[in-house]
Amino acid sequence: MSEESYVRFEDVRKSYDGETLVVRSLDIDLPKGEFVTILGPSGSGKTTCLMMLAGFETPTHGKIYLDGQPLNDRPPHKRNIGVVFQNYALFPHMTVAENLAFPLQVRGIGRSETEEKVNKALDMVQLGGFGERMPAQLSGGQQQRVAVARALVFDPKLVLMDEPLGALDKQLREQMQYEIKRIHENLGVTVVYVTHNQSEALMMSDRIAVFNEGIVQQLAPPDVLYEQPNNSFVAQFIGESNQLRGTLNAMENGEAEVMLSDGTLVLATPVNVEGVGQETLLSLRPERVIFNPDTNVTPTHLPAKVIELIYLGDHIRTRMAVAGQDDFIVKIQNDSDHASLSIGDTLTIGWRSQDCRALDAT
Amino acid sequence: MALPSYTSVPERIWHYLFIAICAAVFLFLVFPLLVIIPLSFNAVPFFTFTKEMLAFDLSGYSLRWYEDFFTNPNWQGAVRNSFVIAIFATLLSTFFGTLAALGLSRNHMPYRTLITSLLISPMIVPLIISAAGMFFFYSRLGLLGSHIGVILAHAALGTPFVVITVTATLVGFDNSLICAASSLGATPTQIFCKIIVPLITPGVISGALLAFITSFDEVVVVLFVGSFRQRTIPWQMFSGIREHISPTILAVATLMILISVILLVALELLRRRTERIRGIKES
Repeated sequence: MSEESYVRFEDVRKSYDGETLVVRSLDIDLPKGEFVTILGPSGSGKTTCLMMLAGFETPTHGKIYLDGQPLNDRPPHKRNIGVVFQNYALFPHMTVAENLAFPLQVRGIGRSETEEKVNKALDMVQLGGFGERMPAQLSGGQQQRVAVARALVFDPKLVLMDEPLGALDKQLREQMQYEIKRIHENLGVTVVYVTHNQSEALMMSDRIAVFNEGIVQQLAPPDVLYEQPNNSFVAQFIGESNQLRGTLNAMENGEAEVMLSDGTLVLATPVNVEGVGQETLLSLRPERVIFNPDTNVTPTHLPAKVIELIYLGDHIRTRMAVAGQDDFIVKIQNDSDHASLSIGDTLTIGWRSQDCRALDAT
Repeated sequence: MALPSYTSVPERIWHYLFIAICAAVFLFLVFPLLVIIPLSFNAVPFFTFTKEMLAFDLSGYSLRWYEDFFTNPNWQGAVRNSFVIAIFATLLSTFFGTLAALGLSRNHMPYRTLITSLLISPMIVPLIISAAGMFFFYSRLGLLGSHIGVILAHAALGTPFVVITVTATLVGFDNSLICAASSLGATPTQIFCKIIVPLITPGVISGALLAFITSFDEVVVVLFVGSFRQRTIPWQMFSGIREHISPTILAVATLMILISVILLVALELLRRRTERIRGIKES
C-alpha cells in the first residue's frame, strides 16, 4: 500500500439482492487531506459507496481501508468518520449546542472541553450564539451548517457528505459550497463528497470520481476531467459537448482521421479507439469551435448553417447544422467584436485536433 | 361567516339545517353528561331537579354526596382499588406496548400485520367476549378474585392503545437520525437511551394515559374477573345503581368526567409539544 493512500477501496463490490451488482468493482486510493467528489447520475451506486465507507452497508466483496486500518469488521460508531446527511439528520429534541456536544459526550470528553469545542465549531460555521436554538427554529441553510459542524466537532479521520446541499435553493447552495470549501482548506480534513450536480463537483473538488453503472469512469482533477475526458460517458456527463458520430478512417502521428456520417473527413485526438474502421464518437466542447479557420493552422474545416440563436447575456448560444446533424452547439462570446450571425447564414467552422476527442461509440 | 351573495335559497336553507343537525348531534352526545353535573349537587336524595334547584336557590344545592363519597369506606376502598389497578395495569401496558411497537416498526419484521392485529384485537373484540374468555382462562390459573388478575386483564385491554400511539410516533421516525448518532460514535445502547427514547416519549405517555383511562373506566372485566375486594369505582357505581340507589354516584360521575377531561387535555398538550419539537407546522 502506498504511503499516499489514506482511504482505499480494494475491489469492492456490493449487491443488495445477490444478483445485480450496484457497485461492480471499485478500486480507489485517496490521499490524506484531499477533497474528493463522487459524481454520478442517480442510481449509479455513489451513495452506496459512501454508506459502505461509513459502515451503514457492508460490502459484498472486497476491502475498505482507512489510514491503513481495515474497516470491514468495524461498526459505524467505532470508525471515527463524520457524516453529513442530505436531510441534515439533526436530533430534533436537542438544542444546536446539544447536537454538537453529542459526539463529544459519547466519547466521554469533559464538560469544559466539550463547551470549548462546541463554541469553536459554531464559530467556524458562523453560527456563534445560536447554541440554545432548537433545530426546527433554524432555516435550511443554518441547519446544514449545524450538520457540517457536528460532523467536524469530534476531529474525525474523514468526513463524508451525501448530497448535503441538495435541499437548498441555488443561491444558498453556492454560498454553502464556498463555505464548505473554505472549512476544508482551513482544517485540512479529508472529505468524500457525493453529488449529482456537476458544477458543484467542479467548483469544490480537488479530484472528481465520475461514477456510472457501478464503476469509476474517470478519477481526475476537474480541469483534466473537463478537457480530457477518457470516454464518451464522462464527455457527455461533464459540461456540454457536441457529439459527432463517425468511423475511424486512419491513424497517424497520434491523430485520428475520422469520416463523419455524411462523408466529411475531420481530424481528432484518439482516446479510447484502436482499430481503423471502428465506430467512434467525436466529442468537442462548444467553446472550442473556431469560425472561418485559417486552413494552414487548422486542417479541419467544414460548412455549417445557423439554425437557431439564443441570447444568454454573456454568450450567444448558436445551434448549427453540421455534417448532417442539426444539434451542433457553438458558444459565441458576447465580445464587442463578436461575429454577428443571423439564421440561415452559412459559414465554415473548424477545430484544433487536440480539442476534439475520438471516444468509444457506446 | 357570511354566505356568498350568489347562494340560492335551497342552499341557504341547507346551510342552516346543517348547522342545526350538527348542534343536535353534539347535544345528543354531551347532554347526558352535562345533566349529571348539576344533579350531583342536589340537596335531596333524588335524581331529579327540585324546585329550589330550578329557581337557583342555594338551599337546593349541597355537597353532601361529595362528602359521602369522600367519607364512605366503600367508596374509599373503590378509589384505592381503581388507582392501584389502573396504575399497575398502565405500567404493564406501557412497557409491553412500547416494546411491541419498537419491534413491529423494524424494517425486516416478519408477520407484522398478523402480530399487530392480534395485539390490537382486545380493542376490537366485544368487551363481554374478552371478559368471558378471561374468566374461564383465569379460573384455571387461580387468578379470579385477585388484584393481579384484574391488573393483567386491564393490561391486556390497555396495551393496544400504547402499541397504536407508539407505532404512530415511530412511523415518522427518521432512520437517518440513528445512522447519524452511530457515525458520531454512539453505541446502540446510547442511541436507544439518548435518541430513540426521548423522541418516542410523547407517544409512550399518550398511550399510557389512554391505557389508564381504559382501566379506570372499565366495569365489565372487573365484574367477571374481580370480586368485592377488587371493587373499582365503576364496579361500585354499577352495584350502587342496582342495590341502594344514591346520588353519590352522580358526584362520582362528575369527578370521573373531570379526571377524563384533565387527561384528554394533557394528551392534546403532549401532541402539540411533539409537533413543536419535531418542527411540524400547525396546518
